[in-house]
Parts: sequence; C-alpha cells; structure tokens
Amino acid sequence: MRIIFQIAVAAFLSLAVSFSAQAAELRNLINALGEGGYKETEAQISAIAATGDPAAAPVLEALEAGNVYVRKSDGLVFITEKVGRTFNLIDPLTGEIVEEGVASGAIEKVRVNNRLRRAVRSALGALTLMSPNPATRREAATATFQSADPDSIELIETALAAEKDVAIAKLLREARAAAVLKSDRPDEEKADAVTVIAERGDRDSLSLLLPLTSTEGPIGAAATSAVSTINSQLALWDGAQNVWYGISLGSVLLLAAIGLAITFGVMGVINMAHGEMVMLGAYTTFVVQELIRNNAPWMFDSSLFIAVPLAFLVAGAVGVAIERGIIRFLYGRPLETLLATWGISLILQQAVRTIFGPTNRQVGTPSWMSGYFDIGLVQITYNRLAIVIFSLIVFFLLMVVLKRTPFGLKMRAVTQNRPMASAMGIRTPWVDALTFGLGSGIAGMAGVALSQIDNVSPNLGQSYIIDSFMVVVFGGVGNLWGTLVGALTLGIANKFLEPYAGAVLGKILVLVFIILFIQKRPRGLFALRGRAVEA
Amino acid sequence: MITTFIRNGIDRSWVVVVAILLATAIVVPVLNLYTAASSPLHVPDYAVPLLGKYLSFALLALSVGLIWGFCGILSLGHGAFFALGGYAMGMYLMRQIGSRGVYGDPVLPDFMVFLNWPELPVAWYGFQYFPYAMLMVVLVPGALAFVFGWFAFRSRVTGVYLSIITQAMTFALMLGFFRNNLGFGGNNGLTDFKDILGFNIQAPETRAALFAASAVALALAYMMCKAIIASRFGKVLIAIRDAENRARFLGYRVEHYKLVVWTLSACMAGIAGALYVPQVGIINPGEFEPANSIELVVWVAVGGRSLLVGPIVGAIVVNFAKTWFTTGALAPYWLFALGGLFIAVTLFLPKGIVGTLAEGWSALSQRRASARAESGIAPTNRDGPPGGRLSPEAAE
Repeated sequence: MRIIFQIAVAAFLSLAVSFSAQAAELRNLINALGEGGYKETEAQISAIAATGDPAAAPVLEALEAGNVYVRKSDGLVFITEKVGRTFNLIDPLTGEIVEEGVASGAIEKVRVNNRLRRAVRSALGALTLMSPNPATRREAATATFQSADPDSIELIETALAAEKDVAIAKLLREARAAAVLKSDRPDEEKADAVTVIAERGDRDSLSLLLPLTSTEGPIGAAATSAVSTINSQLALWDGAQNVWYGISLGSVLLLAAIGLAITFGVMGVINMAHGEMVMLGAYTTFVVQELIRNNAPWMFDSSLFIAVPLAFLVAGAVGVAIERGIIRFLYGRPLETLLATWGISLILQQAVRTIFGPTNRQVGTPSWMSGYFDIGLVQITYNRLAIVIFSLIVFFLLMVVLKRTPFGLKMRAVTQNRPMASAMGIRTPWVDALTFGLGSGIAGMAGVALSQIDNVSPNLGQSYIIDSFMVVVFGGVGNLWGTLVGALTLGIANKFLEPYAGAVLGKILVLVFIILFIQKRPRGLFALRGRAVEA
Repeated sequence: MITTFIRNGIDRSWVVVVAILLATAIVVPVLNLYTAASSPLHVPDYAVPLLGKYLSFALLALSVGLIWGFCGILSLGHGAFFALGGYAMGMYLMRQIGSRGVYGDPVLPDFMVFLNWPELPVAWYGFQYFPYAMLMVVLVPGALAFVFGWFAFRSRVTGVYLSIITQAMTFALMLGFFRNNLGFGGNNGLTDFKDILGFNIQAPETRAALFAASAVALALAYMMCKAIIASRFGKVLIAIRDAENRARFLGYRVEHYKLVVWTLSACMAGIAGALYVPQVGIINPGEFEPANSIELVVWVAVGGRSLLVGPIVGAIVVNFAKTWFTTGALAPYWLFALGGLFIAVTLFLPKGIVGTLAEGWSALSQRRASARAESGIAPTNRDGPPGGRLSPEAAE
C-alpha cells in the first residue's frame, strides 16, 4: 500500500515537474518574442504554436492587437494595458498585473505587420484546436480550414486524434485536407484530400479546388470533376436559397395584400389608404416599444405580442371610422372611392408625419427574433422565418373567420347578394363596417411584422400599396387562396429574376408580366365564376 | 366631323373659353414685358413660367377629362405620358446645350460624360432637330398608349382593373427611368437647359413666348376635344361611357373607339409635358410617380368632368391653391388640404365645381324658361342641361 502511494506521489511530482518545465519553456519562447526583427518574431510565433499549449493564446491575441511590449530594463515580454498615459504590465501566462504605471519610455512595443498577424491568427487557430471548450474548438477548426496552412498539418492531426466530437472531427479532417492541398505532400494524399473537400461542397471548397483543376495528372482530373459536382450542387442550393428568399418576400406581400383582399376582393372597395393602415400598425409597434422601454424594459421581448392585437384594434378602429364616415356614401362608385381613400391616405400620412416627425423611427427586434440558422447552405434568419409563419397564421385565421364563424357567414352573404341578405335580417351596414375594419385591422397586424424588416416612416405604406394591388389582382379578386398563391408566385418570381436582371429591372419585369397577365385573364389567376357580364 | 362641329359646336361656352385663353395668351406676356415693374398691372417675371406651368397642367387635365368624363376610362398613369413628352423635350434641350456643359463635350450631355459613356445612345439620335423632337413628343407617348391600349381594351380590361394596371405602368416606367443605364439621366433627370430654338430659355421674352404657346396649345386642344365630343364619334364615346356592353351589342367596335381616344389623350398629355419642361427647367423620374398621376385625377374631379372646361378650371384652381399653400406658413398642412379636397369633392361635389355651377345655372334658366312659358312665351332652352343624358357616375 505504501509503495503504491509512493509511486503515485512520484508520478504526480514528475507530472507537475513536467508541467512546470513546459511552462518555463513557453515563458522562454514568449520572452524571445522581443528579440530581433519580423523574421525572428515569426519564427517564435510558430515555435509557440508548436507547443500546442492553450496558455499561450492570450499573449498571441494581445500580439495581434499590438498590446505586447518588452520591458527595456530586463528584456522580459509583457502584455500591456494602457491606463491614461502609462501602462500596466501583465504577466503573459498568469494574467496578473506585475507592474503598474510604467512610462512609455521604459518599454518597447513588439511590432507586428500583416504577415505576422496572419501567422498569429493561424497559430491561434492551432492552439485553440486543443481547447476543452467545444465551441472554441469548432471555431478554431473553421479558422484553420480558412487559413489552410501546410505547416499546421501535424497540429491538426494531433487535434484530430484527440477529438471526440464527430462534427468537429469532420471539420478538422476538412481543415487537414485543405492544408494538404496547399502543401507538397505526395499525390495519393492529395487525391484523398480532394475527395474530402469535394464532400464538403460549399463555396470555400470550390475556391480551394479551382486552382487545382489546371494541374496535370489525376489530381487535376479529380479536382475538375469535383468542381463540376460542387457547381451543380451549389446551383441547387442557390435555387433553394432563391426559393426561400422568394417565400420570405412572398409572405411580406401576402401580409400586405391580405387585408386588401378583404376590402377590395370581398367588398369591392378600392382602398388606397390600405398602405397607411400598415403604417399605423408599424407606428403602434413603435409606441408600444417606447412605452415598454420607459416603463418595463424586462417585457421588451414580448413587445410584439402586445403590439399585434393593439395594431389590429387601432387600424381596425380607423378602418371602421373611414367606412362609416366616408366609404359608405360611395358604394357602387369604385373610382370615386379610390380618390376619396387616396385623400385619406394623404391625411393619415401627414398626420403621422406631424405627430412622429418625418424621419424613420427605430423599432427594436426582440432577442428571440435575431440570429439565424443554416439548413445546408441556406441561411435562414429568425425574423424572416417568424414573418413567414406569422403570415400563414394570419392567413389561416382569416380563412377560419370567413368560413367558420357567424360573422364570416354574414359577410359572405352580404357580398353575394346584398338585398337578399338584408331581407334575411342581416344588418348589412354593420357587416360592411366590420368587414372593412377586419381588412384594415389585418393590415395593421401586417404593419407589426413589417416594422421588423422595413423602415418605420410615414411613407412605409406607399411602398406596399402597388405591390399589394398587384398581388390581389394577379391572384384573382374575391379569392383568398388566389391571394396566397399570387403573393408567393410574385415573391419567388421576383427573387429568381433578381440575379439575372438586377433588383429594379426584375421588379419592372414582374410588373410588365402582371400587366400582360391581366390582359389574358382580366379576372386574375383564380377568377370567381359567374354569369354576370360585368362584376 | 368638321361639319358637325360647325353645326353643333358653336355655342357660347366654347367661344368664351377660347376667347379667354387667347386673351390670356396675349395679355399676360404684354403685361409682363411692356409694363413698368412699379405698375399695379405688371406681371412679375417669376409669375409667367408659374402661370405657364398651370396651363400645361390644365392641358394634361384636359386630356384626362376627355377620356374619363366622356369615355369612362380612368387612367391613373397619365403622368407617364406627360413625363415621356417632357423627356422628349428635355432631350432636345439637352442637345442644345452643346459644348456649354460643365464638361464641355460638344455632343454628349454632362451626365453621359460623367458616367464615362463613349458615345451617344441610339435613342438620342436626331433629338438635336426641333421638328424631330416635337414629333417624338407626340409619337412616343402615343405609341406607348397605342400598344398599352390595344392590349388592354382588346381583352376588355375595364374599370378599376384598368386604373390599377395604368398605375403599374407608370410605376414600372419610374423604376426604369431611375436607372442610370437607361440613358436618360437617372435620378437627376435632365436639367440645366440653355436654349430653345436659339433663344435663351431664361430670358423673359422666351418665357412669355412659352406661356403664350401653352395658352394657344390649350385653346387648340380644347377646340379639338369639343369637336370630338360634338361629333358622331363623340356620341359613341358617351354611349360607351354610359353602357359599354349595350354599345358593343349595338354593333360598335368599342375597343377601337376607346383606343383612338385613349391614344389621342396620351398625345395631348405628351404635348403638355413638352410645354411644362422648358418652363420649369427640369424633368426627372419623379414625374412618373403614381402619386402624381392620382393627384392629376383629382384636379379633374375638382373641376368636374361632365364638361370640358372642368378639368382646365380644376387644374388651375388646385395648382394655384398648392402654390399658395406650399409657399406660405401653411406648407406642412398642404397634404391635409389636398387629402381633404379629395374627400370633400367626391362626397359633396361629385360633379365638380364647374359641373355644379353649370347645373345650378341650367336649373335657374329652366325655371325662368318655364316661368316665361307659363306667361305664354315659348321656351328657348336649346342646349338642354349640360352633360345631359346620363350622369357620368352611371358609367362606372
């Protein structure tokens, strides 16, 4: 028993000694940073990186930031921290403050140029590969992949041998392959590397493989075929990306247009003030957020959940007021309605400009809506995803209201046959007012969503009104499904045209397409069938 | 057409309107050029192009009044034709600058030099000749309107659908003209003009002449519209306005009638734009904004579209109000006023100022006539109530 204990103590001591020996060696290497010019410094950096000791990371980071100085009196190297006009010297390994208030004359900076900074970065990448923290290791593996430094191959191999995490190990293998491709290793090894890189299949691997396609022999051939595979994969991912962007734009269009589909499509009222309802919703969000910021900052993340119903109420109330005050006198005269509502939109814009000022207002994004995740090579931001989901929720809620509630039943009855509905005891004027309020309220909710991706300014609504009309007319008036299909089609078409034609020209093409489409099908994609000659 | 015009067209209102316009064409320039600045009758220099601008707007409003009031086509994109005419004129004026531009290039306008364009784009060829440019002022908007109308009317796009796609048209054109590489000056448009037909465009004499030209053009256009309305062709137009399907079932090729009057209206709008640009001194893509086209429709609505004078009066009144509002302390409230005007006119004055006045007048004269008839004198009401037959609203 005693013997075992002695052995254990001995082993422990030897381990401690070897640790301290290692630390001393590292300290010597660090202190050597202060000697000689750029060349010597670079050599020292690689030597430090070769130790693979994570303790060297802080000094390297400081070196990159230009915070490493040599004390002139004894030639020792310190990390410094500037306090006013003097410096605090910090021990590079322990991180303790060694000396305070050192004048700038007593120390000399270890100068770095861009070449050295690069060396530092790759050295850091190598060091952090060993870090116990998986997130750091992942970052480091990505960084080593980017730098693809042939000198770090051995280091990567060491890290790879120790790596337990499958995903990081894959990253490391790719990093190794990238480094191998840049090195002068034998062809067989390079061919393996090409396969590994080809499997990765993104833009970075393309840029690694492209220079190889011009080389002779099997490597060149392998690289060429890998490049063409990657290219076709990338084209697919690009397509997917465009579809996603298109869906995202389409959902915005859907949100903006869906209220219009009610007022224009169902009631036949051309509401040019529709965009201003969207704007009112966005400003409601702004006001809600201001109140929360000033009174209850901890509620900020839920501000949008408060703003959505409020925006519905605000815009809906304004809508009911407009219907009762103006539009009800103009039924049966659609062109006049158009002019009157345009007048309303001018007044609302100017009113908002007078109250909130003409400049953009800052609407914050709750923390749960910021950030993104990747599906393959498609980047999906949470705020866009939230808007897509929100627009679908609004759409289906509206469907339920129209198809499954007494109010929806009355509404459809009034649209289909007003005198008959009236004879059945439905109060048609109230149904009109509420329908208009519903359409406006939905526009207000759209405003909450749009405030997250667009500038909240008095002109917010103007930029959506023409698009919304296009969606409704394209999809077919009086048909909500048409609006959904129309919005998504136009959104996706727009995004697919953009890479070829540019954003503006793409939009023009879409407009021209709609103009031509209306010639072909004057009642839209999903026309209501009926016997009336003139709707 | 001419004979019917002579037979039906000569009524008092026609003579009065043309006489007023021609008198303005003479009086304003004379008062500007030949009276002392101190004289109470003097028209200040700044006012001449301003009034000229009103007149070109009146011509534009007249072109909309013709199709909206008498054929039931509400265009929300007429500003596009106006702007195209303006651009044609602007291109002529740009070519007249010659080597006096900032960069001194004898052929290329400044913005092309600035964008490093090697040579003049084909679209600009020939614009140094005034007659060619004037031809383009009419042809370009006319051709666009013809193509657009041919498609739209043939497939029976009517009512609000037509309004919406005309709006899309002007919106698309606006986006296009904002692009630098379309070759029409992009964002900044065309400006910094020097000469027109060899005369300095800033000189009071030139401005007076441009003013007179605007007034005369308006008078001619008014006479032309009046002739159209009075003719057989005009009767069919009114029939289309009031009951398009009935007119079609009676055997009229509705789309042809619409296409002719629509194209003609676009040409008038183009001429209005060409008169507007030299008096204002700039044309930029902002003129294509859908909001402008909608505002112009409200001029027509304010004046009243049941009579051809209505749009003219409306354009002048609204624009005068706009100048008065936006130059004074009330500037921030202009949009309130304009918006209120939109609502008030549609709710309370569906026939517009002129229409309401004319209606009141004819009601009054009818009462007098019936009073006279009661006392044994035969009624002399030859014209019947203006805009008679069916009210324009029924057209929609």
